[in-house]
Amino acid sequence: MGSWRLYAAVAAGGFRRYATYRAATFAGVFTNTVFGVILVYTYLALWDEKPHLGGYDQAQAVTYVWLGQCLYSTLAIQGGGAEKDVIERIRTGEIAVDLYRPADLQLWWLASDLGRSLFQLIGRGVIPFAFGALFFPMALPTDATSWLALLVALLLAMVVSFGIRYLAALSVFWLMDGMGIMQAVMITGVFCSGIVFPLNAFPGVLGDIVRALPWAAQLQMPADVLMGETDPLGAYAFQATWAVVLLAAGRLLQSAATRRVVVQGG
Amino acid sequence: MAETSRLGEGVRAYRLIAGMWIRSAMTYRTSFVVTMCANLVMTGLDFVGILLMFSQVDSLGGWGLPEIAFLYGLSVTAFGIADLVLGSMDVLGSRIRDGSFDILLVRPAPVLAQIGADRFAVRRLGRITQGTVVLGWALTSVEVDWSAAKVLLVPLMVVSSAAIFCAVFVAGAAFQIFAQDASEVQNAFTYGGTTLLQYPPTVFGKDFVRGVTFVLPLAFVNWVPASYVLGRPYPLELPGWAAFTPPLVAVACAALAGLAWRAGLGSYRSTGS
Amino acid sequence: MDAFIELDRVEKVFDVRKKTGFLKRERRQVRAVDSISFTVARGEMVGYIGPNGAGKSTTIKMLTGILTPSGGRLRVAGIDPSRERTRLAHRIGVVFGQRTTLWWDLPLIDSYRLMHRMYRIPDARYRENLDRCVELLELVDLLDVPVRQLSLGQRMRGDIAAALLHDPEVLYLDEPTIGLDVISKAKVRGFLRELNTERGTTVLLTTHDLQDIEQLCSRVMVIDHGRLMYDGPLAGLHEVGESERTLVVDLERELPPIVAAPARVVRVEGPRQWLAFPASESAAALVARVAAEYPLVDLSVREPDIEAVIAKMYAGEAEKAVS
Repeated sequence: MGSWRLYAAVAAGGFRRYATYRAATFAGVFTNTVFGVILVYTYLALWDEKPHLGGYDQAQAVTYVWLGQCLYSTLAIQGGGAEKDVIERIRTGEIAVDLYRPADLQLWWLASDLGRSLFQLIGRGVIPFAFGALFFPMALPTDATSWLALLVALLLAMVVSFGIRYLAALSVFWLMDGMGIMQAVMITGVFCSGIVFPLNAFPGVLGDIVRALPWAAQLQMPADVLMGETDPLGAYAFQATWAVVLLAAGRLLQSAATRRVVVQGG
Repeated sequence: MAETSRLGEGVRAYRLIAGMWIRSAMTYRTSFVVTMCANLVMTGLDFVGILLMFSQVDSLGGWGLPEIAFLYGLSVTAFGIADLVLGSMDVLGSRIRDGSFDILLVRPAPVLAQIGADRFAVRRLGRITQGTVVLGWALTSVEVDWSAAKVLLVPLMVVSSAAIFCAVFVAGAAFQIFAQDASEVQNAFTYGGTTLLQYPPTVFGKDFVRGVTFVLPLAFVNWVPASYVLGRPYPLELPGWAAFTPPLVAVACAALAGLAWRAGLGSYRSTGS
Repeated sequence: MDAFIELDRVEKVFDVRKKTGFLKRERRQVRAVDSISFTVARGEMVGYIGPNGAGKSTTIKMLTGILTPSGGRLRVAGIDPSRERTRLAHRIGVVFGQRTTLWWDLPLIDSYRLMHRMYRIPDARYRENLDRCVELLELVDLLDVPVRQLSLGQRMRGDIAAALLHDPEVLYLDEPTIGLDVISKAKVRGFLRELNTERGTTVLLTTHDLQDIEQLCSRVMVIDHGRLMYDGPLAGLHEVGESERTLVVDLERELPPIVAAPARVVRVEGPRQWLAFPASESAAALVARVAAEYPLVDLSVREPDIEAVIAKMYAGEAEKAVS
């Protein structure tokens, strides 16, 4: 199929674009490592106080921290992926050009964002994770299946993450300014993804709510899949459901936005 | 004499430029209100993260919630002040890349003041507000035998820490002149620093604490005096008067940052054509 | 003569690191400006031209104190720019063609008010200068318009005004007419000429547009590869470069090539013919001769562009070197 080659090329472009920012990548690795160290110490103290918090033992809690740092930019948890470009193109009106391209707008940006994610995973994510594994006790599986299961969960997490951010970006068609929505993406992303505190350890009803929201598909699910804390198939079903819902919603919003652009005459 | 007039010039230029940014922000009124609210929510949720931890445990590293709130309030208020004053210095890298830094250099005002006031944003008051609220609550909840020295120490800590965070921002800006797209490195020191100081030193490894205290004197201005106020042992074997040295540490940091900035500016090479 | 700008063997060397492999980098030194010396007297209007990357902007940046020279001596109004940048800033005006000093989201007048206070311009002086700029640059309807809504030409005029409110003794312009339409170009040029004659402001401009130079500058400096290749009147540059202008003639019908020495036909396309003639020759005489002897429909004169002039100049230099 010709169109698959097109999207593969777009994804490769997204990968290469981020690969050119070498200093930024090194800086990011450094920052993620520092944050990882700070968080690990607080988690160790926390789990000292209350072993098996959220169903994790200490080594699992440490693993959770470093996986979080590894996925922080991969999943653009506080924003900063394709949605930034989309918002900029909406603001400048260049998006009208994209709408007439012989490619699907949503798939185009999804491919580009997946390319970016892949680079961030390899370029920015792996080193802090390896650092963590080297200097702190971690609960890493030794069988290849668990790692493979993680990769599948990560791919689904990337799609969910894109789905959320793409919806946010499209809202700028109506809001005209991206500042507020970018901040909303950041707040919800940081709080609901469990990057600060594992969702499994959230108390009571609040815990039930955050574990049902799409952000749970980003860090919590892959972490549990990696550490064998959940049935991978159940986790995939949860992630895939949110991926489909978000992409479908994105599609609806996109066609509404397209009509709006056409009515306004570009 | 010459130095004080330069400082005056800098403050004046800073006020002028910050004023322009406030007016610019006001032209998008809705967005201004939205970002202001979002900022309050965002910084608020930051403390909710700590409350979540305490929903599961009663103490962390042997420190209770009011005591950690005290650390948190001090650190966040100080960082909030520095962030309001110099928080946009990370745009320096992109200004150098697009060449607009040159424009600042041909104006008759200290560049540091101009770049400090760049993208000045009132919404950054959100963090200060939240930090002060938490600090206020902590001050009424901690059990402390207040003495004149302890009362005096609280504002002194906030101001000194704010100055140290400012110094970190300036040093980070100087670093950006060499490596323009590495602005994220300074996040490790600024955001990382304020996160670190929110937790008690007993949480961290001894070597780690030693490193932060002497290599990066951040810890010094928060952990040591806070321990003194709360009547807890110092994180390292230090004499009793160490709690009163933050202003000196702040001045030393500011001087070092100033030197770094001068060196950075001297080696500025502008872009391409 | 009062030398206002003085350069004595000024150099600027950059360390360039080039990626040669995945992790390998090669360091080498690039001489962006290579031992340049010249002086500009107060009140002169000088064109500073050369191909891209020749070192024009680097020179301007050293003159304004943005960059520190690697060697040589440089003075503007007796001040060493990189040492006393802020003091010098009060006495110079700078317009960067591609970057604006104006505030994007605010009405134009707000940017001027900032200049008023930042440069500590006395009130009466400010008002007088602003009124003059507003009148001559036709800004009166634009003062309350947010800068982001201005066209490129309007913004350039706005930028020029912003650079002049504090009465600078010298004005540096980096590509002031780039991207502007014909009318805006004419307005900008007219204003600069007036500024120079009425106020005696020294003007140094870099440009790609030879017409800027022809209409404004009595003196041209050509720089290439960081070296000063030519310094003198524009006419002299034409001689040195032996450059040619082109007369494009549309005849009533197809005819054999026109004979009108010293012009020679370089191209024929149906009824249209291209005649090259030395830039030092008068075009009027040639046009008169052609019109008298051939059935003319239309004609136009094309100026040589800077690149062509400079290329010819090099060709000439090379020939001299050989002979």
